[in-house]
Amino acid sequence: MADRIRLLLNDAEVETADVSPMTTLLDWLRDTRGLKGTKEGCAEGDCGACTVVVERRAADGTMRREAINACIALMGQLDGASVRTVEGLTGSDGAPHAVQAAFTETDATQCGFCTPGFVMSAFAFAAGGERGADGAIHEALAGNLCRCTGYRPIVEAMRRVAGTAVAPPPDLSALARGGDACFEVGGHRFVAPTTLAVALRLRAAHPDAALLAGATDLGLLASRHRKPPASLIHLARVPELHRIDRVGDSISLGAAASYADATPALVEHWPALAPYLSRLGSRQIRAMGTPGGNLGTASPIGDMPPVFLALGAALRIASVRGERRVAIDEFFLGYRRTALAPDEIIVAIDCPLPRAGEVFHCDKLSKRRDQDISTVAAAYRLQLEGARIVGARVAFGGMAATPLRAPRTEAALIEGGIEAAARAAEAEFTPLDDWRGSADYRRTVAGNLIRRLGARLASPARAVEVEAL
Amino acid sequence: MKGGAHAAERHDSALRHVTGGAAYIDDLPEPPGTLHAALILSPIAHGRIAMLDLGAARTAPGVVAVLGPHDIPGRNDVAAIGKDEPLFAEGRVYFAGQPLAMVLADTLDRARAAAALARIEIVAEPAILSIDAALAAETWVQAPARLARGDAPAALARAPHRLTGEFRCGGQEHFYLEGQIAFALPGEDGDMLVHSSTQHPTEVQHICARLLGCDFNRITATVRRLGGGFGGKESNASWVAGAAALGAGHTGRPVKLRLPREIDMVATGKRHGFLYRYEVGFDDEGRVLALDAMLAADAGWSLDLTPGVVTRALTHIDNAYFIPHLRAVGYACRTNLQSNTAFRGFGGPQGVLVMEDAIDRMAAHLGRNADALRALNFYARGRDTTPYGQPVTENHLPRVWAEARQLGEVERRRAEIAAFNATSPILKRGLGVFPLKFGISFNSPHMNQAGALVHVYTDGSIRLAHGGTEMGQGLFVKVAQVVAEVFQVDLDRIRPAATSTADVPNTSPTAASTGSDLNGGAAFEAARELKRRMTAYAAEHFGAAEADVVFADNQVRIAAPGSNQVLSFGELAQLCWLGRVSLSATGYYRTPGIHWDPATMQGRPFFYYSFGASVAEVAIDTLTGENRVLRADLVQDCGRSLNPAIDLGQIEGAFVQGQGWLTCEELWWDDRGRLRTVGPSTYKIPGSRDVPPVLNVRLLENAPAEVATVFRSKAVGEPPLMLATAVWTALRDAIAACRQAPGPIRLDAPATPERVLAAVRARQAKS
Repeated sequence: MADRIRLLLNDAEVETADVSPMTTLLDWLRDTRGLKGTKEGCAEGDCGACTVVVERRAADGTMRREAINACIALMGQLDGASVRTVEGLTGSDGAPHAVQAAFTETDATQCGFCTPGFVMSAFAFAAGGERGADGAIHEALAGNLCRCTGYRPIVEAMRRVAGTAVAPPPDLSALARGGDACFEVGGHRFVAPTTLAVALRLRAAHPDAALLAGATDLGLLASRHRKPPASLIHLARVPELHRIDRVGDSISLGAAASYADATPALVEHWPALAPYLSRLGSRQIRAMGTPGGNLGTASPIGDMPPVFLALGAALRIASVRGERRVAIDEFFLGYRRTALAPDEIIVAIDCPLPRAGEVFHCDKLSKRRDQDISTVAAAYRLQLEGARIVGARVAFGGMAATPLRAPRTEAALIEGGIEAAARAAEAEFTPLDDWRGSADYRRTVAGNLIRRLGARLASPARAVEVEAL
Repeated sequence: MKGGAHAAERHDSALRHVTGGAAYIDDLPEPPGTLHAALILSPIAHGRIAMLDLGAARTAPGVVAVLGPHDIPGRNDVAAIGKDEPLFAEGRVYFAGQPLAMVLADTLDRARAAAALARIEIVAEPAILSIDAALAAETWVQAPARLARGDAPAALARAPHRLTGEFRCGGQEHFYLEGQIAFALPGEDGDMLVHSSTQHPTEVQHICARLLGCDFNRITATVRRLGGGFGGKESNASWVAGAAALGAGHTGRPVKLRLPREIDMVATGKRHGFLYRYEVGFDDEGRVLALDAMLAADAGWSLDLTPGVVTRALTHIDNAYFIPHLRAVGYACRTNLQSNTAFRGFGGPQGVLVMEDAIDRMAAHLGRNADALRALNFYARGRDTTPYGQPVTENHLPRVWAEARQLGEVERRRAEIAAFNATSPILKRGLGVFPLKFGISFNSPHMNQAGALVHVYTDGSIRLAHGGTEMGQGLFVKVAQVVAEVFQVDLDRIRPAATSTADVPNTSPTAASTGSDLNGGAAFEAARELKRRMTAYAAEHFGAAEADVVFADNQVRIAAPGSNQVLSFGELAQLCWLGRVSLSATGYYRTPGIHWDPATMQGRPFFYYSFGASVAEVAIDTLTGENRVLRADLVQDCGRSLNPAIDLGQIEGAFVQGQGWLTCEELWWDDRGRLRTVGPSTYKIPGSRDVPPVLNVRLLENAPAEVATVFRSKAVGEPPLMLATAVWTALRDAIAACRQAPGPIRLDAPATPERVLAAVRARQAKS
């Protein structure tokens, strides 16, 4: 007997019967529920016109209130959550919410099509208690595109509402599910185990099922390509996959921990990741997407693989056969191919903590600073003795069919210095020409990023990026 | 009264925008039986269709019909101004993304799934995939256009200094957040109601009728609001609507065609990319003596609206500058790419780049200050006629230039930037200043006409219809303010109606910045006619002189001797109805005094000019080419603004859109002519962080239009987009700072990090 998806929609409890768990939240809102305020602008989780606010209990028991992209969220993921759309922000008397009013007062709407999405991002921001600093506002808006206003009045509205929207968390207890769930409608099967043991058994039994963490990549199959997988194993409900612990001299990131969850721990130990992670996707994406998923998809242009390669992370991989550790260097086998066996799941990513004398930096180059896929991403972990580099792990994304270490650059950093390493980086790869950049550009900037690294090491206080001006 | 002309009123739909209550076409209720359409597109840029097997698509679940060129009862032609631009390709394909056929099914997913089942065999033929290739092959969509004055070759030969330049700018995807969509509902006996997200309802009507082979009067095209247009829903909306109408006509059922983002980007035209080559001659002072220029536009595979774009590029090559001897040729290159189309500025933004590049080269050559050279070459007394013969009257160039430079603290910041650059080896800053003169009116005089229909109801509420479309630019509230001003009633008594060819026929597109000039003018006439009737009746009824009937503050006062009758506007409306006075009137407006000879490219094409100036500061990273706009200061002439709040939004939004065009927005085709930047993940429009953190905008004060526009206001839609040219200039200034000695900088647009880095390296290589 299949379970039914239950959720709160604008404070009202809803149980779905005939809706496929692979239906996108956006389609369900618009087509089934008739809530037309939420828009489709791109169907790839990039423009933010479909932004809604989801409140749910995280694996660690705390309540989360986050903006997400409804276009790439699958209904099965929303089981047990509260979803608020732009219609649900308006008071029962029809009065606009303070966030909505702020957008009218600042003339922050023109064509209005992107507006509901902005309003929901603004609501999540306002309720998050952040101050109205420009940096935080831009970060909160990075997942929303407006083509009309030039954003200035939207930013102004954000300043006005910062920290104002105090709303009590919804009572989700009636939706609580004791254990595993299985949603099966119209030939689509969505299973959501709640223990690792069950997840591994399901994986062994269904090696062809897709593994789902945050759906920020896989969701596009449903939204843009309109062909969701027939069978999914949803890993986000498995507490073991959410743990972020210190284990010995490593920090262990559960593979299903979202970017939002993982960021504080990562930034604590590697402060250079703060700006880097703030540019990875958008808040909507980081609320759902996971570093584990970024490794699992093995995209050559993912932002996390270079970081984990440079850090020398190890992946803990499990199956019903047992658990093994795979060094990140051994994980990527080819274009979107990994060392994961068909019955295996990534459990955690163990990152060795920095030792004395260790320096970590990372860079992301893209056409647009925010919410853009990297043309080139790079990360560097250096062991210093005084000013001398005695150890180096350097990794690049966007330079080859897989994320890669740069061994000749590493050797040159130790033996020849920055300029020799920069020349090595220029020569080390054979990248492709594509819409993000030519092979020539990629080679040139690979070298120049090493020169930037040199400038950082030479005078750590000096600005080396335009963003700092 | 509240909300008359010049009041800073909010957008009329603001509250509905923020609550989700504003309905776009995809939000309209779908009657039972509604079909959803999906297009089948050519995967090949150029070739002969050997086979198009739609059998599997026809028999796929939920499919009701699959329509191709032979299912069109009328003419398979969706050309806006030319001919032979088929809705569905016949025999041959001319670009990758060209529609071949359309599937109609009971759900959108089933339509899309069935469309993927089409078996397409196209015998590929050599394709022309660049402006350069088209120039070499001399393939045009129209004969080269020439604008000339004096004797440019002779003047160049005599000039003390001559320089040549070459550069390019890219196209631009409109990226309206609401993709192209139409929803066609068949009525009785061939009637058809077409909801279309269009800037040009009349063209939608015509093209639906052309495809269906029916009279125009069977088709009603309507739209309440668009989720953005920017020129992309002028001609392109028409074929989308035509396809929906074809489907509805064929099946007798409502048909919705909504293009998913990728299909939208692949199948529709964009801003024209240009290649420029020029030679400029000048004297020792830096005064331009002659310009010989070639502008080559990538028209794409068909004519579309390219003639107008090329004309506007040529008529804006002078921009703010007097060029005594000019020879300019505009090529409309036929390539096997999307057919490029209108985009905010319509060739103007491409035209004004030429002189900015030239003056910077001249300044580097002479070792002089480029800003001073700009001002030296402005139109001025005795140097005030454009190459196409129109005098530059009401010249605000000196004012906007001085005010923008003051607002932007140019002198102080130039010194600051120089000091910064002297001690910063990796990061460089640069400043750019740009003056703008932009001609307002459609270049084709006949298009400069508009109609309005105003009803006054007996409660004093007013319904306002006109031919302009609301696409976010605030046209509806501006035109309503005009009517409120005439009647002296509160703005909220006026209900803007959805634009419909049934209310106002034979309209022009809402384009060329003319929306409020034309439709405001027409609404003004309609309201004035009604007011005249009401005044006459009130005078008769109360035995007063017409001059004694005064509309003020939602009331009408009869100031006859011995009486001081006051009644509300609604009471007078009721009185007029009882007195059998018609309370419905049309208004018609045509722009006076314009004429244009396209053969000689001479005339007075523009009713007036809009002026502006901008200052932009950027920073670049000489290691990566990453760049950032740090500050912009803009001064824009809006005449006596109809609505300063709306105009401010237009200026800011246009500037950022222009900044995107010149910096991060890059269209990229692979070597087979397939567009690969097909969504926001690959095509990057500016985000909130890209907006200059300091953005000062001023509307030019005390500058009522010299000509009799509606309440002396001026157009605002397009001109400020060009103010972003200062960003491009500033980037070149920053690149120049990579080396001490002056020298020319070539920076193609969009100035992505890659192009900036290439320019930096070219600059460094010379040292």
